[in-house]
Amino acid sequence: MLKQVEGSISTAEAIGLCRPEVICAYPITPQTHIVEGLGRMVRTGEVKNCEFINVESEFGALSACIGSSAAGARTYTATSSQGLLFMAEAVYNASGMGLPIVMTLGTRAIGAPINIWNDHSDAMSMRDAGWLQMFAETNQESVDLHIQAFRLAEAVSMPIMVCVDGFILTHAVERVDVPTQAEVDAFLPPYDPVQVVDPKEPISIGAMVGPDAFTEVKYLQNYKLDLALKLIPELAREFKKKFDRDSGGLLRTYRTEDADMVVVAMGSVNGTIKDVIDEMRADGFSIGLVTLVSYRPFPAEELRKALSGCKQTVVVDRSFAIGMGGQLAADVDHALRNVDRAPQALSVIAGLGGRPVSRASLRGIFRKAKTEPWEGMHFLDLNQKIVATEVEHMSSKRRSGPIAENLLRRVSVAPVAE
Amino acid sequence: MLQIRIHGRGGQGVVTAAEMLSVAAFLEGKHAQAFPSFGSERTGAPVVSFCRIDDKEIRLREPIMEPDVLIIQDPTLFKVIDVFQGIKRDGYLLVNSNKTLAELGLAQVAAKLPTGHTRVVAASEIALKHIGRPLPNAVLLGAFAALSGAVRLVSVAAAIREAFSGKIAEANVAAATEAFEAVSAASVAA
Amino acid sequence: MNDATKEMEPTQKLKFYQKGTFTVGNRLVSEADRTVQASIDRSNAITCGHRGCQGCGEALGARYVVDAAMRATNNNLIVVNATGCLEVFTTPYPETSWQVAWVHSLFGNAAAVGTGVAAAMRVKGRSEVRILAQGGDGGSTDIGFGCLSGMFERNDDVLYVCYDNEGYMNTGVQRSSATPPAARTATTDAVGDEPGNVFGTGKSVPKIAMAHGIPYVAIASVADLHDLERKVTKAMGFHGARYIHVQVPCPLGWGSASHDTIRLARLAVESGVFPIFEAEYGVITGSRKIRNRVPVVEYLKLQKRYAHLFKNGDAPRLERLQKLADRNIAEFNLLAHEGNV
Repeated sequence: MLKQVEGSISTAEAIGLCRPEVICAYPITPQTHIVEGLGRMVRTGEVKNCEFINVESEFGALSACIGSSAAGARTYTATSSQGLLFMAEAVYNASGMGLPIVMTLGTRAIGAPINIWNDHSDAMSMRDAGWLQMFAETNQESVDLHIQAFRLAEAVSMPIMVCVDGFILTHAVERVDVPTQAEVDAFLPPYDPVQVVDPKEPISIGAMVGPDAFTEVKYLQNYKLDLALKLIPELAREFKKKFDRDSGGLLRTYRTEDADMVVVAMGSVNGTIKDVIDEMRADGFSIGLVTLVSYRPFPAEELRKALSGCKQTVVVDRSFAIGMGGQLAADVDHALRNVDRAPQALSVIAGLGGRPVSRASLRGIFRKAKTEPWEGMHFLDLNQKIVATEVEHMSSKRRSGPIAENLLRRVSVAPVAE
Repeated sequence: MLQIRIHGRGGQGVVTAAEMLSVAAFLEGKHAQAFPSFGSERTGAPVVSFCRIDDKEIRLREPIMEPDVLIIQDPTLFKVIDVFQGIKRDGYLLVNSNKTLAELGLAQVAAKLPTGHTRVVAASEIALKHIGRPLPNAVLLGAFAALSGAVRLVSVAAAIREAFSGKIAEANVAAATEAFEAVSAASVAA
Repeated sequence: MNDATKEMEPTQKLKFYQKGTFTVGNRLVSEADRTVQASIDRSNAITCGHRGCQGCGEALGARYVVDAAMRATNNNLIVVNATGCLEVFTTPYPETSWQVAWVHSLFGNAAAVGTGVAAAMRVKGRSEVRILAQGGDGGSTDIGFGCLSGMFERNDDVLYVCYDNEGYMNTGVQRSSATPPAARTATTDAVGDEPGNVFGTGKSVPKIAMAHGIPYVAIASVADLHDLERKVTKAMGFHGARYIHVQVPCPLGWGSASHDTIRLARLAVESGVFPIFEAEYGVITGSRKIRNRVPVVEYLKLQKRYAHLFKNGDAPRLERLQKLADRNIAEFNLLAHEGNV
C-alpha cells in the first residue's frame, strides 16, 4: 500500500511482514523508531507469533539474537553508531557461527567527540566482520532490502546488516509502497534452518577451533559471501518480477554510458548526486554514477564492468579510516587493481557527522576533479581556516588532549591571538 | 519543486507540521518529503523542519537552503537566528504573531518579497481558542494552503486527521480552517 | 525477615554424624534417595575423555548439575556455556564431551544467549524445553555481569549456574571479583605491603541475585553433591530466572593437591568461609548448618595461594580472614544451635 510515512515506520512494517520470531534490541545509543514500532506491533498482535525482548545493552541484544537464531528462530535486531561498537564482539560471533540474523543499521557517526548524526563510520567499523552489508538509497529500498535480506541471510546462513542512513532516511517522511502480507509471504517462505540447537538432536555448537581447522572455517565463511554475490542479483530480479521495483542487487548505474567521470557512492547521498548529475549533464559535463548497494560482499567484477571506459572515478565516502583514507575508495581501488588503463581514482570524504552534502558542493568538487585532480582525500566543505590555525599551533607547540576542545579554545581565543 | 522551511521551538510541533504538510501533498497525488533538522533539541530550543513537494520523485537529500516558503511558528526567533537565510526573491513568508510585520521589525524583509506573499496570522491565539493550547502548527498549515495554493484545505484537514484523532483532530481542523478563511479573505480584500 | 536460622531441608533422611567424613555412600541409602549420578540412567551429559585437570572441581560440579537438570527436565534441556575452562576442556575441536544440546557463544554473554534460546523455544511452542546457562566466576560475576543482571531483571526462564573457582583459572590464574582476600593470583602477587588480593574488595553475586527478587537463588558446594543435585532439581521446579552459585576448588589455581578438592570444598563450608544458603523471591529460606566447625587456617594452609600468610607468620591477615568467616557464620546463622535443627 502506498503511504506517506516515516522511514523508520515503513521499515518496521516491512520487518513485521517478514514474520520475525524473535526481536531483540537495545533502544538507545542511538536508535531509530524501528524497534519502538515493532514493539508496539508485537503488543497489538499486528505481528503475531513473535517474542519481543527488552535488553540491558547492545551486547545483550545481539547475544540474545545469537541464542534465538541458534535455536532456529527468525531473528531481527537494530542498532547504530556506538551501539554497534558495543556489540562488536557478538557481531563477529554471529557471522562466525553462521547465524542468519537480520540487523538494521541506522548509520551514524562514532565518537569522540560525541555526535549523533549521520555518516557511515559505524557500518565501516564492522565491514570485516563477515556480515553481508547492503545500503539503502531510499526508504522504499529500505523496505525492499529488508524483505530480500531475510531470504538472502537464510539462503547462505550468514547475518546481514541493512544499512539505512540515520536521520536522513530513518527520520524522513516520504512516499513508500509497503507490500501486503500475501506478497511478502509469496517471496519469503518460513525459515527452515538446517542445524539448530535442539534436545531432540543434541549437537554442540560453538566449539573452540584450533590452527588445524581455523583457516578452512574462515575460507568457507568467505565462500558463503561469494555465494551471496551470485544470489543477490538473482533475488533482485525475482523481487522485480514480484514487486515491480528495482531494489537491491549488487549495484546500479545512472547515466554511466559514455561518461568520462563516474561517481561511486553508497546510501541516500546517491539521490542528491543524481540531481547534480542531471544538472551537470545539461551543462554538457560528461558524468555518471554507480550506486553501490552490496558493500559486503564487494562486487569487484561488476564494478570493474561499470567503470570500464570512464577516465576518472570519484568515490564519495561517508566515512574514512583515519591514517589511511576512504574505505569505499580503497575498495574501489582494489577492484581496479591490475586493470589495463584503469581510470584515475579520486576520493572525496563528505557528510561526516551529519554535515549536509549539498548539490553546490558536489557540483564544485566534480568540476574540480576534472580540472585540478588531487591525490589522497578531499574533505568536502572542510573549514580550512580553523584547521590551518590549529595545525599551525600544533607545529609550534606540542598539543595533547582532546582535539575538539583544543579546537574550541583556538576558535574562541583566535580573534584575541591574531 | 516547492520547498518549505518551518522554524519554531521544541514543543510547538515543528516536525509534525512538516510531516502533515507532506501528507497533505501526498493525498493530492504529489511526491513529498518531510524531515526535521536533525539534533537533540529539547523543549523550547529553536527547531527547523523541512518539506519538499513536487510532481515527480524527490531524490534530493540536502537541507532546504533556498526555501520558496518560510513558516515562522515563533516570532521570538527573529532575535536568535537568521530565519530568512536563502529565501527566494519570489518566496512566501508566513509568521505566527498578533503584531504586524512592521511592529515585528520585518517591514524591510517583507518589502523584498512580492506583494501578497507575506502574511501574519495570530496562530497561537486561534489555536488557544479552538484547541485550548497555543499550538500553532496546524493553524499555520491552513494559512499556508490559502497563501500559496500549493495544497487544498481539505487535504490539510485530512492530514491533520491522520496525525491526530478525535476531538483534538477536529479542534485542529477548525483552527486551520479559521486561519485559511482569514488569509483567503485578506487576499480577496487585497 | 530472612530465615537463615532455618536449616535447609535435608537431602537425606539419615543422620550419620560420623566424625571425619560426611560422605554417605549411596549404598547406605534407599534407591529413591540416591544421587542422579548413582543411577545407571544418568545422562552422562559430560562424557569421559574431556581435558579437565585431575581433581577439577568444575568438571565434577558441572557433571552433577547438568545430569540433574537433564533428569529434572526429562532430557529436554539446552545448555548455553560461557567461554572458560569448562567450555575449553569439553570441546577440543572436532570432539565434544557434551551429550546434550549445547551452544557456546562468547565469554560474557551466556545469560543473554540463554534468554534468546528461551525466547525461540517459547515462540516455537516448545514449552517442555528448559534452558541452563553456565559459566565460571569470571564469565558470571565480571564480564558477563551485565547480561546476567539483565536476565535476572527480566525474569527470563533460564537457570544460570556459576561455577566459582575464585579466579580466571583458564588463562593463568588471574584475579576476578570472586577472588577472596589475601589469595595470590597472577595479578595479585604475594608481594608488597598487602600481599595477595586486597581486603575489602569483591562482591556477593548470590546476594545481588536475591536483590533482583528472582524465584530461586542458591549457594552450593561440590562438598555436598547430593545437596547440589537437590538444588538443581528444585530450581527446575520454578519458572523464571534462577541462580545457583557453586564453589568448585581448582587445584591449579589454588595450588592444592588434586586429591584435596572435595576436602577443601568441605573445609570452606565447615569453616564458614563459604556459607551455603538458599533463597526464594529475595528472601533467605534456610542455610546449611556447620556440623563440625574448623578454624579458617585449616582451610587456608592446604592452598599455595595463601602460602605467603604462613611463610612469614602473617597473624593480622589470618585474623582478618577468620573474622570474615565469623561474620558469615553470624550473618547466615551457620551454627546449629540447640532447638534450631
